[in-house]
Amino acid sequence: MCLIKFIKSLEPLWWSLFGLGGAIAAFLFPAHILIQGVLIPAGILPKDMLQYENFAGLLSSPIVRIYFLALIVFPLYHAAHRIRMTLEDLRIGWLNAILPLLCYGGATTISIAAVVVILRLS
Amino acid sequence: MAEQIKLTIWRYNPDTGDEYKPQTFIIPYQKDWSILDALNHIKAEVDGSLSYRWSCRMAICGSCGMMVNGTPRLTCSTYLNEFYPNEITLEPLANFPIIKDLVVDLTDFMDKLRSVKPWIIRENKKDEEDTSNEYLQTPAQMESYYQQSLCINCTLCYAACPAYGLHSDFLGPAAIALTYRYNNDSRDQGRGDRRKVVAAENGVWKCPVVGDCTEVCPKHVDPSAAIQRTKVNSAVSWFFSFLKGGKGE
Repeated sequence: MCLIKFIKSLEPLWWSLFGLGGAIAAFLFPAHILIQGVLIPAGILPKDMLQYENFAGLLSSPIVRIYFLALIVFPLYHAAHRIRMTLEDLRIGWLNAILPLLCYGGATTISIAAVVVILRLS
Repeated sequence: MAEQIKLTIWRYNPDTGDEYKPQTFIIPYQKDWSILDALNHIKAEVDGSLSYRWSCRMAICGSCGMMVNGTPRLTCSTYLNEFYPNEITLEPLANFPIIKDLVVDLTDFMDKLRSVKPWIIRENKKDEEDTSNEYLQTPAQMESYYQQSLCINCTLCYAACPAYGLHSDFLGPAAIALTYRYNNDSRDQGRGDRRKVVAAENGVWKCPVVGDCTEVCPKHVDPSAAIQRTKVNSAVSWFFSFLKGGKGE
């Protein structure tokens, strides 16, 4: 309970991550969907851009790695906060009590996993 | 036969113990009547026991707010001709306890309003008593809070707010809009005083940005924008206090 109280006291932090993640999801996701999901498969951009070797080559740059990390991590917190706010409105007592831990804990766990994966890429 | 309009009014009388139920009135239709005029006609000519609040008839006192066909509106500035020939359903403002008929209990709102200290606070208390001091403002300084200063405390935004409906602890739109109004007044020094109420769990953070408060506001105060800007300000001061080695406030 103490931990959940502590998580709740960090509300400005969660909200800032939520805002940042929302901005990233709104501005960058559509660009990725357009390029990787539409333009390349449709043959408007060269198909070999999606090949593993080419993509892995991109990821050898630390800046690209940090970019992809930001692309994954901040929207995770955005989703966590949005899911928490939505589920809290359902007013399920036992669930509400653990929601902050569940949502932000989940986002943090997946973020750590993303960091590990990206660091281990050769 | 003269034109008529049908009004269905939800009524409740705590003295008789009757359940909350609708009553229909069919009254003459006058195209220049506001809904409040229609209610005054009913009270004078049809049923004197009907209870509702009103005062100024010009959208400045904020007392005549009701749910008009499910939307919170000021009945003095909502006209029958907007609905005629369809019927109109009137209910007391949503999210508040009903006292009688269309009269709701605003105690909760009044307590919340008081808790944000919606008046000019000076660090030096003598400033507040000394009436000889002048605190000049440029038009730009006044512009920064003018929109929020138009709030008439009609509580339509509370009736529209789903977050307040679900979590009655939520400080709510008008109280936060007025916090913003005083925090952004160049004469005010009370931002720190208000922070512990506004930047708390039941303050700005409870707002899920639905925006209905702004939609229904009869004075175009835009409480939703005031809340989001207050969130940014609160987050910035939280990070600063965190960096200074505090616990974050």
